[in-house]
Amino acid sequence: MAGMRVVAAMSGGVDSSVAAALLVEQGYEVIGVTLQIWQARDPGAQARLGGCCSLGAVSDARRVAELLGIPYYVLNLQEAFRRSVIDDFVREYARGRTPNPCIVCNREIKFAALLERARELGADYVASGHYARVDWEPERGRWRLRRGRDARKDQSYVLYPLEQEQLAHVLFPLGGMEKAETRRLAAELGLPVASKPESQEICFVRDGDYARFLEEEIPDRFVPGPIVDRQGRVLGRHRGLPRYTVGQRRGLGLAAPEPLYVLEVDAGANRLVVGTASEAGRRRFEVEPVTWVSEAPPADDGWREATVQIRAHSPVRAVRYRLAGGDPGRLELELLEPLRAVTPGQSAVLYRGDEVVAGGPILRVRE
Amino acid sequence: MIYLDWAATTPIREEVLEAMVAFEREAWANPSSTHAAGRQARSRLEAARRAVRRWLGAETGRIVFTSGGTEADNLAVFGLAAAAEARGRPRRAVTSAIEHRAVLDAFRELERRGWEVTYLPGDGRGLVPPESLEAALEAEPGPAFLSLMWANNETGALQPVVEAARLAHRRGIPVHSDAVQAAPLLELGLDALGPDGPDLVAVSAHKLGGPKGVGALWIRDGLELSPLLFGGGQEAELRPGTENAAGIVGFGRAAELAAREAGAEWERLRRVAGRFLGEVRRRLPDAVLNGPEEVGRRAGARLPSIVNLGFPGVRAESLLIRLDLAGVEASAGAACSAGSLEPSHVIAAMGRPELAGASLRFSFGRLSDEEEAAEAAAIVAREAGALRR
Repeated sequence: MAGMRVVAAMSGGVDSSVAAALLVEQGYEVIGVTLQIWQARDPGAQARLGGCCSLGAVSDARRVAELLGIPYYVLNLQEAFRRSVIDDFVREYARGRTPNPCIVCNREIKFAALLERARELGADYVASGHYARVDWEPERGRWRLRRGRDARKDQSYVLYPLEQEQLAHVLFPLGGMEKAETRRLAAELGLPVASKPESQEICFVRDGDYARFLEEEIPDRFVPGPIVDRQGRVLGRHRGLPRYTVGQRRGLGLAAPEPLYVLEVDAGANRLVVGTASEAGRRRFEVEPVTWVSEAPPADDGWREATVQIRAHSPVRAVRYRLAGGDPGRLELELLEPLRAVTPGQSAVLYRGDEVVAGGPILRVRE
Repeated sequence: MIYLDWAATTPIREEVLEAMVAFEREAWANPSSTHAAGRQARSRLEAARRAVRRWLGAETGRIVFTSGGTEADNLAVFGLAAAAEARGRPRRAVTSAIEHRAVLDAFRELERRGWEVTYLPGDGRGLVPPESLEAALEAEPGPAFLSLMWANNETGALQPVVEAARLAHRRGIPVHSDAVQAAPLLELGLDALGPDGPDLVAVSAHKLGGPKGVGALWIRDGLELSPLLFGGGQEAELRPGTENAAGIVGFGRAAELAAREAGAEWERLRRVAGRFLGEVRRRLPDAVLNGPEEVGRRAGARLPSIVNLGFPGVRAESLLIRLDLAGVEASAGAACSAGSLEPSHVIAAMGRPELAGASLRFSFGRLSDEEEAAEAAAIVAREAGALRR
């Protein structure tokens, strides 16, 4: 540990602050950084933004770094963030999909662009306050990604797209801790962030209003169009497809004898397809591109069993999977029980116990 | 630790600190008060004003103390704009694209208020060509005023301020110049320039060993200017509010010392910074000097105190951090409000945009010496070499 240089991503929140503190305690030479990844168009909005891009985050992180006695810098990664995360977010919505930008950010920014910067600063690792565990599994010859010990705080879902080469250079000091322990440590260390609430929202979107953000970026995708049932009968009008996601029930503005759910966001025809609960259940879907994490891709295309998580905070479900057409970059999945929220653009992550087996964005859903 | 960021700010001089402490102890009264204590404060404040005048070579004109260079620039830009509007002049102004943000952002605000602003680009050496100035002044409707910095804060390049003033005055157009970087080393000699010089000049105390939070605007006699603030009528109504008297007294003392030492300091810094530049180039032949090669006092030359270097293939942000960790303190371009770096708009405008994110400014001052410069050069070459892609 001693002399090993680590770049710790600091958001000013309790988790990343305690993570940095633990590394200092373990004898690493820690450099604290906050990523400047987004600047709202008007300066007033910038000040009001929560999340990791705000000025408030920087001043909190700077204070924590000062307290820990470590050097601290703000790194400008706006261009890379715009190019990978924002452009993908916008493009996915324009195609009628529902992306998870945090996953792209982890893969392209926090553990890629930042890792490159860390190397330029002579550091061997990037550390963050994620609740997940990484270790080397000698028998498989692979880095293994597991859920954090605190099941309720686990963040392995958003970390699945890390390649082996990335996992080899990350440190998650909180992986083996309970959130309560983190808070207690923060209080013990006198960190000014011990009682700060945490934000779960998309960091570059103000007040969680992602539709308003998208309206500025892709106004042409907010053209109202028909809401139809599976037979093509028009039931109403939608207010622009990016406002809707598969499995959604509220906010459709339809009067129907039984609850209706979004079945499909059909960007090509600018229509929203809805159906009843029984029509909405889905079992089969495809995932592409697949990142193989704790396990190497299977050698054959036989069916295997695991559990799957299809949204950031949803429970796991029993599933079977196989390589689609023998291609390790594509998976075919079949749930034991149908689900309403199988959504193109969201990621499906396979688990075996607490190990992340593989994962990837949902490409298409079968009837 | 080697401090090579003297263009950002300078440590306050002992003599300045003493003058300020003495003021606060002995003459702390309100300079506007009628009583004896007030008169004593007023007397020290006016002595400071005279010291600043001598430093600027300006027995004529008015000196208005402000909260710093930024406020002095804003008072000039908005003051000229308001005066022009009051006289019904066309709402058009000219400045350069390489100004400090104190000027640039003021003009952007003018644009939001409906003004048309022409931003003259810098050339490959970071200089605004007089021909482009002339064209912008000729364009109809004629601009209400012009603002051109004296020395660029990133490269030290001396702009053709005198020529600009001559061209502008021929058309009756007033000229402001941000001299925050130039004034500490270059004797401006405003009276000697006479009608050929600019009509307003902004300066700041902390660039010359004075305190932060105090600056001044020199205004030619007879020039019409509207204030930004309204209040008690201090500073000839142009900057009301009880004066930052201790700061002004410190400014006066710093100006007095600068006036005495600038000539010798110029030569000394030419050697010190020259040594640094030579040593870096010897080790890293592909390092690019951003700005004029020649050090000199005329337009087109460079201040001796600033060496802006481009390192092809090196990310400036990473180099800056590596240098900090290695004990060399430099700077790069402009920092955004959160403190991260933006690629320099000044370097970007100089014809090699790839250097905008690959350049650092090393600036030298009173406590810099040759030995330190050589040591820093070796560290810079080592760290930049390690980063080259």
